[in-house]
Amino acid sequence: MIRMLIPLIVFLGLVALMVAGLQTAEDRKLVDSPLIGRPVPAFDLPGLHDPDARLSNRDFLGQPWILNVWGSWCWACRVEHPFVERLGREAGIPLLGFNWKDERADALEWIGQYGDAWTAHVTDFEGRSAIDLGVYGAPETFLIDHRGIIRHKHIGPIDQNVYDDLMRRIMALRSEAEA
Amino acid sequence: MSSGRARLLAGLSPILLSLLWVGLAAASAIEIYEFADEVEERRFQALSQELRCTVCQNQSLADSDAPLARDLRRQVYEMIRAGRADMEIRQFMVDRYGEFVLYRPPIASHTLLLWGGPLILLLGGLIAAGVVINRRRKAL
Repeated sequence: MIRMLIPLIVFLGLVALMVAGLQTAEDRKLVDSPLIGRPVPAFDLPGLHDPDARLSNRDFLGQPWILNVWGSWCWACRVEHPFVERLGREAGIPLLGFNWKDERADALEWIGQYGDAWTAHVTDFEGRSAIDLGVYGAPETFLIDHRGIIRHKHIGPIDQNVYDDLMRRIMALRSEAEA
Repeated sequence: MSSGRARLLAGLSPILLSLLWVGLAAASAIEIYEFADEVEERRFQALSQELRCTVCQNQSLADSDAPLARDLRRQVYEMIRAGRADMEIRQFMVDRYGEFVLYRPPIASHTLLLWGGPLILLLGGLIAAGVVINRRRKAL
């Protein structure tokens, strides 16, 4: 009798595996950045409003800061923009826009239309620094502590839940910097 | 042209068109790079086939036309031209994007099941087959 049940048991086992696989499919799409816990890769990039003004990763040492990867071509960046604006107002730390694989004119027009929520922007039209940062899609948001260590990365648009989570982490980083 | 042949051509044309389209799509993902020799070119092809395009996760760098895949192919090309070894190029990608970029994951403690799984299944199958054959032989 038990022998006859073996195929059924195997089948149920496969079904269980499949259901578990489907349920974790979303998580597996998110690639953990190997850069978390490591220093932010060095960059020295031209600004967006003024191409002659250069900004580097060292300019923010001593305080936590946010790096937000965006582009005017990026549809999801428009979706998250209200939350980026709130970050700029409420986080109390610099919010650097990392304008990725864009055109200057398009980016400026986008900002003119939707509002400039960031403290400053750097541009990476060729995408070389983005490779160092391990960026694989916009938008992405990095939290960097006062010693220049990447502490958190969010991939995809910021929504209310992500915003709350980011703010909690930012407050922790701020108190860490003050301690 | 006879009406039969015309009808055959009309019937085939969607297939021909789609073949043409596939050809064009494949061609669009390839830039023209100059290599010093054929070895370099082969290494480039091999590397871009075993590195994953992280935006379009189920395509390799070689297959993808995404802007990031193009950037990464350029990166691979430049590193090959600069005389970097395949290992170094792979490590460069892993340092930035994680082991996920490798289509052929390294053999390590956390990938043991992945690599050993097929072998274990094969052994299990062989043992089961052996047991069944043995039993039938005894029953005869």
